[in-house]
Amino acid sequence: MAKIKYIEFNGTEHEADVANGLSVMEGAIQNDIPGIDADCGGGMSCATCHVYINDDEWFKKLPEKEMGEDDMLDQAFEPKSNSRLSCQLIVSDDLDGLTVHMPEKQV
Amino acid sequence: MIKTDVVIIGAGPTGLFCAHQLGIIGLKCEIVDNLDKIGGQCIELYPDKPIYDIPAVPKCTGEELTNNLIKQIKPFNFNFHLSDRVQKLKNENNKWLVKTLNGKEFETPNIVIAGGVGSFEPRKFPTKSAEKYDGKSVLYSIKDKTIFKDKSVVIFGGGDSALDWAIELSNSSKVTLVHRRDEFRGAPASVQKIKELSDNKTIDLITKYSIKDVKGNGSIESVEIKSESGESKVIKADYVLGFFGLIMQLGPIAEWGLNLDKKTIPVNTENFETNKKGIFAIGDICTYPGKLKLILSGFHEGALAARGCFKYARPDEKYRFEFTTASSTIKDRLGVKE
Repeated sequence: MAKIKYIEFNGTEHEADVANGLSVMEGAIQNDIPGIDADCGGGMSCATCHVYINDDEWFKKLPEKEMGEDDMLDQAFEPKSNSRLSCQLIVSDDLDGLTVHMPEKQV
Repeated sequence: MIKTDVVIIGAGPTGLFCAHQLGIIGLKCEIVDNLDKIGGQCIELYPDKPIYDIPAVPKCTGEELTNNLIKQIKPFNFNFHLSDRVQKLKNENNKWLVKTLNGKEFETPNIVIAGGVGSFEPRKFPTKSAEKYDGKSVLYSIKDKTIFKDKSVVIFGGGDSALDWAIELSNSSKVTLVHRRDEFRGAPASVQKIKELSDNKTIDLITKYSIKDVKGNGSIESVEIKSESGESKVIKADYVLGFFGLIMQLGPIAEWGLNLDKKTIPVNTENFETNKKGIFAIGDICTYPGKLKLILSGFHEGALAARGCFKYARPDEKYRFEFTTASSTIKDRLGVKE
Protein backbone atom coordinates (compact mmCIF):
# COMPACT_ATOMS: atom_id res chain seq x y z
CA MET A 1 0.00 0.00 0.00
CA ALA A 2 1.24 3.49 -0.80
CA LYS A 3 -0.15 6.95 -0.26
CA ILE A 4 -0.03 8.76 -3.60
CA LYS A 5 -0.70 12.45 -4.01
CA TYR A 6 -2.19 13.61 -7.30
CA ILE A 7 -2.11 17.35 -8.03
CA GLU A 8 -4.29 18.72 -10.80
CA PHE A 9 -3.01 21.46 -13.10
CA ASN A 10 -5.17 23.99 -11.24
CA GLY A 11 -3.49 23.02 -7.97
CA THR A 12 -6.27 20.86 -6.51
CA GLU A 13 -4.72 18.08 -4.45
CA HIS A 14 -6.04 14.55 -4.06
CA GLU A 15 -4.60 11.79 -1.91
CA ALA A 16 -5.32 8.11 -2.35
CA ASP A 17 -4.21 4.89 -0.69
CA VAL A 18 -3.35 2.67 -3.62
CA ALA A 19 -2.89 -1.07 -3.22
CA ASN A 20 0.39 -2.67 -4.25
CA GLY A 21 0.31 -4.05 -7.76
CA LEU A 22 -2.04 -1.42 -9.15
CA SER A 23 -0.64 1.33 -11.33
CA VAL A 24 -0.60 4.97 -10.32
CA MET A 25 -3.05 5.47 -13.22
CA GLU A 26 -5.47 2.87 -11.80
CA GLY A 27 -5.19 4.54 -8.40
CA ALA A 28 -6.51 7.75 -9.96
CA ILE A 29 -9.27 6.10 -12.00
CA GLN A 30 -10.57 3.97 -9.12
CA ASN A 31 -10.71 6.98 -6.83
CA ASP A 32 -12.39 9.23 -9.44
CA ILE A 33 -9.48 11.64 -9.44
CA PRO A 34 -9.77 13.92 -12.48
CA GLY A 35 -6.89 14.79 -14.79
CA ILE A 36 -5.93 11.29 -15.96
CA ASP A 37 -7.93 9.91 -18.90
CA ALA A 38 -6.24 6.55 -19.65
CA ASP A 39 -8.08 6.06 -22.95
CA CYS A 40 -6.37 2.77 -23.78
CA GLY A 41 -6.87 1.30 -20.32
CA GLY A 42 -3.19 0.87 -19.45
CA GLY A 43 -1.71 -0.69 -22.56
CA MET A 44 0.92 1.99 -23.23
CA SER A 45 -0.96 2.63 -26.49
CA CYS A 46 -2.05 6.21 -25.87
CA ALA A 47 -0.53 9.05 -23.89
CA THR A 48 -3.49 10.16 -21.82
CA CYS A 49 -2.28 9.11 -18.36
CA HIS A 50 0.67 11.50 -18.61
CA VAL A 51 2.03 12.95 -15.34
CA TYR A 52 5.06 14.99 -14.25
CA ILE A 53 7.28 13.95 -11.36
CA ASN A 54 8.46 17.34 -10.17
CA ASP A 55 10.64 16.04 -7.35
CA ASP A 56 13.93 15.04 -8.93
CA GLU A 57 14.77 12.57 -6.13
CA TRP A 58 11.51 10.77 -6.71
CA PHE A 59 11.97 10.81 -10.49
CA LYS A 60 15.32 9.01 -10.12
CA LYS A 61 13.89 6.55 -7.62
CA LEU A 62 11.12 5.33 -9.93
CA PRO A 63 11.63 2.19 -12.03
CA GLU A 64 13.24 3.13 -15.34
CA LYS A 65 11.14 3.64 -18.44
CA GLU A 66 10.64 0.58 -20.55
CA MET A 67 11.13 0.68 -24.28
CA GLY A 68 8.23 2.47 -25.86
CA GLU A 69 7.27 4.74 -22.97
CA ASP A 70 9.28 7.68 -24.29
CA ASP A 71 7.89 7.03 -27.78
CA MET A 72 4.37 7.37 -26.40
CA LEU A 73 5.39 10.42 -24.37
CA ASP A 74 6.47 12.12 -27.63
CA GLN A 75 2.77 12.07 -28.45
CA ALA A 76 1.60 13.47 -25.10
CA PHE A 77 0.47 17.01 -24.36
CA GLU A 78 3.56 19.07 -23.42
CA PRO A 79 5.97 16.29 -22.47
CA LYS A 80 9.03 17.24 -20.43
CA SER A 81 12.10 15.35 -19.24
CA ASN A 82 10.30 14.53 -15.97
CA SER A 83 7.26 13.10 -17.75
CA ARG A 84 6.00 9.57 -17.10
CA LEU A 85 3.02 7.51 -18.14
CA SER A 86 1.24 6.74 -14.88
CA CYS A 87 0.05 3.35 -16.21
CA GLN A 88 3.70 2.26 -16.15
CA LEU A 89 4.26 3.17 -12.50
CA ILE A 90 3.35 0.07 -10.51
CA VAL A 91 2.61 0.77 -6.88
CA SER A 92 4.61 -0.88 -4.11
CA ASP A 93 5.49 0.18 -0.55
CA ASP A 94 8.48 1.97 -2.10
CA LEU A 95 6.16 4.47 -3.78
CA ASP A 96 4.61 5.59 -0.47
CA GLY A 97 4.63 9.39 -0.47
CA LEU A 98 4.96 9.86 -4.24
CA THR A 99 3.49 13.04 -5.67
CA VAL A 100 2.50 13.30 -9.34
CA HIS A 101 1.42 16.47 -11.14
CA MET A 102 -1.12 16.30 -13.95
CA PRO A 103 -0.60 18.31 -17.17
CA GLU A 104 -3.03 21.03 -18.27
CA LYS A 105 -4.87 18.44 -20.33
CA GLN A 106 -4.43 14.92 -21.67
CA VAL A 107 -5.87 15.27 -25.19
CA MET B 1 -30.20 8.64 -49.40
CA ILE B 2 -29.14 5.08 -48.63
CA LYS B 3 -31.78 2.97 -46.85
CA THR B 4 -30.40 0.20 -44.67
CA ASP B 5 -31.18 -1.88 -41.59
CA VAL B 6 -28.21 -0.72 -39.54
CA VAL B 7 -25.49 1.94 -39.71
CA ILE B 8 -22.38 0.87 -37.81
CA ILE B 9 -20.09 3.65 -36.63
CA GLY B 10 -16.55 2.28 -36.37
CA ALA B 11 -14.76 -0.37 -38.41
CA GLY B 12 -12.68 -1.82 -35.58
CA PRO B 13 -12.93 -5.51 -34.60
CA THR B 14 -16.15 -4.98 -32.63
CA GLY B 15 -17.92 -3.17 -35.49
CA LEU B 16 -16.72 -5.77 -38.00
CA PHE B 17 -17.94 -8.72 -35.97
CA CYS B 18 -21.27 -7.02 -35.30
CA ALA B 19 -21.60 -6.66 -39.10
CA HIS B 20 -20.96 -10.39 -39.37
CA GLN B 21 -23.70 -11.15 -36.87
CA LEU B 22 -26.11 -8.84 -38.75
CA GLY B 23 -25.29 -10.67 -41.98
CA ILE B 24 -25.90 -14.03 -40.35
CA ILE B 25 -29.39 -13.02 -39.21
CA GLY B 26 -30.22 -11.53 -42.61
CA LEU B 27 -29.84 -7.80 -42.00
CA LYS B 28 -27.99 -5.24 -44.14
CA CYS B 29 -25.61 -2.64 -42.81
CA GLU B 30 -23.39 0.26 -43.85
CA ILE B 31 -20.13 0.86 -41.98
CA VAL B 32 -18.65 4.35 -41.46
CA ASP B 33 -15.15 5.05 -40.10
CA ASN B 34 -13.13 8.22 -40.02
CA LEU B 35 -9.82 6.44 -40.62
CA ASP B 36 -8.82 5.75 -44.22
CA LYS B 37 -8.57 2.03 -43.53
CA ILE B 38 -10.50 -0.76 -41.85
CA GLY B 39 -9.42 -2.03 -38.42
CA GLY B 40 -9.73 0.78 -35.87
CA GLN B 41 -7.24 0.81 -32.98
CA CYS B 42 -5.96 -2.63 -34.06
CA ILE B 43 -4.64 -1.22 -37.30
CA GLU B 44 -3.86 2.33 -36.18
CA LEU B 45 -2.20 1.69 -32.82
CA TYR B 46 -0.82 -1.84 -32.89
CA PRO B 47 -0.87 -3.50 -36.35
CA ASP B 48 2.32 -5.46 -35.51
CA LYS B 49 1.78 -6.10 -31.81
CA PRO B 50 0.68 -9.64 -30.99
CA ILE B 51 -2.68 -10.17 -29.24
CA TYR B 52 -2.87 -13.28 -27.03
CA ASP B 53 -6.45 -13.29 -25.80
CA ILE B 54 -8.68 -13.92 -28.79
CA PRO B 55 -10.48 -17.19 -28.00
CA ALA B 56 -9.07 -20.13 -29.99
CA VAL B 57 -6.40 -17.90 -31.57
CA PRO B 58 -3.27 -18.29 -29.40
CA LYS B 59 -1.49 -15.38 -31.05
CA CYS B 60 -2.24 -12.90 -33.82
CA THR B 61 -1.36 -9.31 -34.68
CA GLY B 62 -3.84 -6.45 -34.96
CA GLU B 63 -3.43 -6.59 -38.71
CA GLU B 64 -4.03 -10.35 -38.93
CA LEU B 65 -7.12 -10.09 -36.76
CA THR B 66 -8.47 -7.30 -38.96
CA ASN B 67 -7.78 -9.19 -42.18
CA ASN B 68 -9.53 -12.29 -40.87
CA LEU B 69 -12.57 -10.31 -39.79
CA ILE B 70 -12.75 -8.67 -43.22
CA LYS B 71 -12.58 -12.13 -44.79
CA GLN B 72 -15.31 -13.38 -42.47
CA ILE B 73 -17.81 -10.68 -43.56
CA LYS B 74 -16.87 -10.75 -47.24
CA PRO B 75 -19.88 -12.92 -48.26
CA PHE B 76 -22.26 -10.15 -47.18
CA ASN B 77 -20.72 -7.43 -49.42
CA PHE B 78 -21.37 -4.63 -46.93
CA ASN B 79 -20.35 -1.11 -47.90
CA PHE B 80 -17.59 0.74 -46.07
CA HIS B 81 -17.53 4.52 -45.94
CA LEU B 82 -13.97 5.32 -44.89
CA SER B 83 -12.37 8.73 -44.17
CA ASP B 84 -15.84 9.88 -43.23
CA ARG B 85 -17.55 10.58 -39.93
CA VAL B 86 -21.17 10.45 -38.81
CA GLN B 87 -21.95 14.02 -37.91
CA LYS B 88 -25.69 14.47 -37.35
CA LEU B 89 -28.58 12.23 -36.28
CA LYS B 90 -32.25 13.08 -36.51
CA ASN B 91 -35.21 10.91 -35.55
CA GLU B 92 -38.20 10.91 -37.88
CA ASN B 93 -41.10 8.43 -37.64
CA ASN B 94 -38.99 5.91 -35.71
CA LYS B 95 -36.21 6.06 -38.30
CA TRP B 96 -32.84 7.66 -37.83
CA LEU B 97 -31.64 10.04 -40.50
CA VAL B 98 -27.86 9.96 -40.47
CA LYS B 99 -25.63 12.59 -42.10
CA THR B 100 -21.89 12.28 -42.56
CA LEU B 101 -19.17 14.91 -42.82
CA ASN B 102 -18.77 14.13 -46.53
CA GLY B 103 -22.49 14.66 -47.12
CA LYS B 104 -23.66 11.04 -47.27
CA GLU B 105 -27.15 10.34 -45.92
CA PHE B 106 -28.63 7.15 -44.53
CA GLU B 107 -32.10 6.21 -43.35
CA THR B 108 -32.08 3.40 -40.80
CA PRO B 109 -34.02 2.10 -37.80
CA ASN B 110 -30.77 1.17 -36.04
CA ILE B 111 -27.39 2.71 -35.31
CA VAL B 112 -24.63 0.72 -33.66
CA ILE B 113 -21.87 2.85 -32.16
CA ALA B 114 -18.69 0.79 -32.12
CA GLY B 115 -16.48 3.83 -31.94
CA GLY B 116 -13.74 2.69 -29.57
CA VAL B 117 -12.75 5.74 -27.59
CA GLY B 118 -13.78 8.12 -30.33
CA SER B 119 -12.33 9.19 -33.62
CA PHE B 120 -8.64 9.58 -34.31
CA GLU B 121 -7.46 13.13 -34.89
CA PRO B 122 -3.96 14.56 -35.10
CA ARG B 123 -2.60 16.01 -31.88
CA LYS B 124 -2.13 19.74 -32.36
CA PHE B 125 0.38 22.25 -31.00
CA PRO B 126 -0.44 23.35 -27.45
CA THR B 127 0.39 26.91 -28.45
CA LYS B 128 -2.64 29.21 -28.76
CA SER B 129 -0.94 31.35 -31.40
CA ALA B 130 -0.73 28.33 -33.74
CA GLU B 131 -4.52 28.05 -33.92
CA LYS B 132 -5.18 31.00 -36.21
CA TYR B 133 -2.84 29.56 -38.87
CA ASP B 134 -4.31 26.05 -38.56
CA GLY B 135 -4.91 24.53 -41.98
CA LYS B 136 -3.10 27.39 -43.76
CA SER B 137 0.53 27.48 -42.67
CA VAL B 138 0.33 25.32 -39.54
CA LEU B 139 -0.35 21.80 -40.79
CA TYR B 140 -0.70 18.33 -39.26
CA SER B 141 -0.87 16.39 -42.51
CA ILE B 142 0.32 17.06 -46.03
CA LYS B 143 -1.91 16.86 -49.07
CA ASP B 144 0.14 18.82 -51.61
CA LYS B 145 3.88 18.91 -51.06
CA THR B 146 4.52 21.36 -53.92
CA ILE B 147 3.40 24.28 -51.71
CA PHE B 148 6.65 23.92 -49.72
CA LYS B 149 8.99 24.43 -52.70
CA ASP B 150 11.74 26.95 -51.85
CA LYS B 151 10.06 27.75 -48.52
CA SER B 152 11.31 27.53 -44.95
CA VAL B 153 9.60 24.61 -43.25
CA VAL B 154 9.91 23.83 -39.53
CA ILE B 155 8.89 20.27 -38.66
CA PHE B 156 8.16 19.12 -35.10
CA GLY B 157 8.14 15.47 -34.01
CA GLY B 158 10.30 12.37 -33.72
CA GLY B 159 8.30 9.61 -35.38
CA ASP B 160 8.20 8.28 -38.92
CA SER B 161 5.91 11.02 -40.27
CA ALA B 162 8.20 13.78 -39.02
CA LEU B 163 11.38 12.05 -40.25
CA ASP B 164 9.98 10.98 -43.62
CA TRP B 165 8.69 14.46 -44.42
CA ALA B 166 11.92 16.10 -43.22
CA ILE B 167 13.87 13.85 -45.60
CA GLU B 168 11.44 14.31 -48.48
CA LEU B 169 11.09 18.08 -48.19
CA SER B 170 14.83 18.64 -47.72
CA ASN B 171 15.18 18.23 -51.52
CA SER B 172 13.32 21.42 -52.31
CA SER B 173 12.81 23.35 -49.06
CA LYS B 174 14.81 24.76 -46.19
CA VAL B 175 13.99 22.23 -43.47
CA THR B 176 14.44 22.51 -39.71
CA LEU B 177 13.52 19.46 -37.63
CA VAL B 178 12.76 20.07 -33.95
CA HIS B 179 12.27 17.24 -31.44
CA ARG B 180 11.89 17.21 -27.67
CA ARG B 181 14.65 14.64 -27.04
CA ASP B 182 17.75 13.15 -28.69
CA GLU B 183 16.19 9.80 -29.52
CA PHE B 184 13.77 9.29 -32.36
CA ARG B 185 11.10 6.63 -32.61
CA GLY B 186 11.16 6.43 -36.42
CA ALA B 187 12.58 3.56 -38.47
CA PRO B 188 16.36 3.15 -37.91
CA ALA B 189 17.14 3.84 -41.60
CA SER B 190 15.26 7.14 -41.44
CA VAL B 191 17.01 8.15 -38.21
CA GLN B 192 20.36 7.40 -39.87
CA LYS B 193 19.40 9.46 -42.92
CA ILE B 194 18.33 12.41 -40.75
CA LYS B 195 21.70 12.33 -38.98
CA GLU B 196 23.51 12.36 -42.34
CA LEU B 197 21.40 15.25 -43.62
CA SER B 198 22.13 17.12 -40.41
CA ASP B 199 25.89 16.40 -40.56
CA ASN B 200 26.15 17.71 -44.11
CA LYS B 201 24.00 20.74 -43.20
CA THR B 202 21.17 19.91 -45.60
CA ILE B 203 18.74 20.21 -42.71
CA ASP B 204 18.94 21.92 -39.33
CA LEU B 205 18.35 19.44 -36.55
CA ILE B 206 17.44 20.88 -33.15
CA THR B 207 16.75 18.51 -30.26
CA LYS B 208 15.57 19.09 -26.69
CA TYR B 209 13.43 21.99 -27.82
CA SER B 210 9.68 22.35 -28.21
CA ILE B 211 7.37 25.00 -29.65
CA LYS B 212 6.81 28.21 -27.70
CA ASP B 213 5.13 30.64 -30.04
CA VAL B 214 4.19 31.22 -33.66
CA LYS B 215 4.75 34.74 -34.91
CA GLY B 216 3.44 36.46 -37.97
CA ASN B 217 1.25 39.10 -39.40
CA GLY B 218 -1.43 37.57 -41.58
CA SER B 219 0.97 34.81 -42.57
CA ILE B 220 3.60 33.07 -40.47
CA GLU B 221 7.02 34.71 -40.29
CA SER B 222 8.79 32.75 -37.58
CA VAL B 223 8.43 30.18 -34.87
CA GLU B 224 9.94 30.50 -31.40
CA ILE B 225 11.15 27.36 -29.68
CA LYS B 226 12.15 26.77 -26.08
CA SER B 227 14.30 24.33 -24.15
CA GLU B 228 13.28 23.05 -20.74
CA SER B 229 15.92 25.17 -19.05
CA GLY B 230 14.32 28.27 -20.54
CA GLU B 231 16.56 29.09 -23.52
CA SER B 232 14.71 30.13 -26.63
CA LYS B 233 15.45 30.47 -30.34
CA VAL B 234 13.58 32.07 -33.19
CA ILE B 235 13.54 30.32 -36.57
CA LYS B 236 12.30 31.84 -39.81
CA ALA B 237 9.34 29.83 -41.05
CA ASP B 238 6.83 29.92 -43.87
CA TYR B 239 5.23 26.66 -42.76
CA VAL B 240 5.14 24.84 -39.43
CA LEU B 241 4.33 21.12 -39.45
CA GLY B 242 3.47 19.07 -36.35
CA PHE B 243 3.57 15.26 -36.27
CA PHE B 244 2.73 14.15 -32.72
CA GLY B 245 0.61 11.11 -33.52
CA LEU B 246 -3.11 10.77 -33.11
CA ILE B 247 -5.41 11.42 -30.20
CA MET B 248 -8.90 10.07 -29.75
CA GLN B 249 -11.80 12.48 -29.46
CA LEU B 250 -15.42 11.56 -28.80
CA GLY B 251 -16.40 14.22 -31.35
CA PRO B 252 -20.03 14.55 -32.52
CA ILE B 253 -21.15 11.44 -30.54
CA ALA B 254 -21.26 13.70 -27.48
CA GLU B 255 -23.97 15.83 -29.13
CA TRP B 256 -26.60 13.17 -29.82
CA GLY B 257 -28.36 13.30 -26.47
CA LEU B 258 -26.94 9.99 -25.27
CA ASN B 259 -26.28 9.45 -21.58
CA LEU B 260 -22.53 9.65 -21.04
CA ASP B 261 -20.32 8.45 -18.22
CA LYS B 262 -17.00 10.26 -18.74
CA LYS B 263 -16.22 9.25 -22.33
CA THR B 264 -18.34 6.09 -22.38
CA ILE B 265 -21.99 5.33 -23.08
CA PRO B 266 -24.03 3.35 -20.52
CA VAL B 267 -26.03 0.47 -22.06
CA ASN B 268 -28.27 -2.31 -20.86
CA THR B 269 -26.63 -5.69 -21.19
CA GLU B 270 -29.64 -7.43 -22.72
CA ASN B 271 -29.19 -5.87 -26.16
CA PHE B 272 -26.64 -3.06 -25.65
CA GLU B 273 -29.19 -0.36 -26.41
CA THR B 274 -28.47 3.13 -25.08
CA ASN B 275 -31.02 5.54 -23.61
CA LYS B 276 -32.11 6.28 -27.20
CA LYS B 277 -34.34 3.75 -28.93
CA GLY B 278 -32.54 2.16 -31.87
CA ILE B 279 -29.09 3.41 -30.87
CA PHE B 280 -26.79 0.69 -29.56
CA ALA B 281 -23.24 0.97 -28.23
CA ILE B 282 -20.69 -1.86 -28.16
CA GLY B 283 -16.96 -2.32 -27.59
CA ASP B 284 -14.69 0.09 -25.72
CA ILE B 285 -17.18 2.95 -25.96
CA CYS B 286 -19.94 1.24 -23.93
CA THR B 287 -20.04 0.77 -20.21
CA TYR B 288 -22.00 -1.40 -17.76
CA PRO B 289 -21.23 -3.06 -14.44
CA GLY B 290 -18.30 -5.43 -14.93
CA LYS B 291 -17.33 -4.07 -18.38
CA LEU B 292 -14.01 -5.35 -19.69
CA LYS B 293 -12.29 -3.51 -22.54
CA LEU B 294 -11.40 -6.72 -24.34
CA ILE B 295 -11.92 -7.54 -28.01
CA LEU B 296 -13.73 -10.74 -27.03
CA SER B 297 -16.21 -8.74 -24.94
CA GLY B 298 -16.83 -6.54 -27.98
CA PHE B 299 -17.66 -9.64 -30.04
CA HIS B 300 -20.24 -10.77 -27.49
CA GLU B 301 -21.73 -7.28 -27.28
CA GLY B 302 -21.98 -7.08 -31.08
CA ALA B 303 -23.79 -10.41 -31.30
CA LEU B 304 -26.44 -9.28 -28.82
CA ALA B 305 -26.77 -5.80 -30.34
CA ALA B 306 -27.38 -7.40 -33.75
CA ARG B 307 -30.39 -9.30 -32.31
CA GLY B 308 -31.55 -6.01 -30.76
CA CYS B 309 -31.44 -4.40 -34.21
CA PHE B 310 -33.56 -7.21 -35.69
CA LYS B 311 -36.58 -6.15 -33.64
CA TYR B 312 -36.66 -2.66 -35.20
CA ALA B 313 -35.55 -3.68 -38.70
CA ARG B 314 -38.12 -6.49 -39.05
CA PRO B 315 -40.95 -5.48 -36.68
CA ASP B 316 -43.37 -7.97 -38.24
CA GLU B 317 -41.05 -10.96 -38.06
CA LYS B 318 -40.05 -13.06 -35.11
CA TYR B 319 -36.31 -13.59 -34.65
CA ARG B 320 -35.45 -17.28 -34.64
CA PHE B 321 -32.18 -18.47 -33.13
CA GLU B 322 -30.14 -20.73 -35.42
CA PHE B 323 -26.67 -22.29 -35.41
CA THR B 324 -24.33 -21.66 -38.35
CA THR B 325 -23.47 -25.37 -38.34
CA ALA B 326 -27.04 -26.46 -38.98
CA SER B 327 -28.99 -23.67 -40.68
CA SER B 328 -29.35 -23.88 -44.46
CA THR B 329 -30.64 -20.27 -44.49
CA ILE B 330 -27.41 -19.07 -42.89
CA LYS B 331 -25.32 -21.17 -45.26
CA ASP B 332 -27.15 -19.54 -48.19
CA ARG B 333 -26.36 -16.10 -46.74
CA LEU B 334 -22.71 -17.09 -46.43
CA GLY B 335 -22.72 -18.49 -49.96
CA VAL B 336 -21.52 -21.86 -48.67
CA LYS B 337 -21.94 -24.77 -51.06
CA GLU B 338 -21.98 -28.28 -49.68
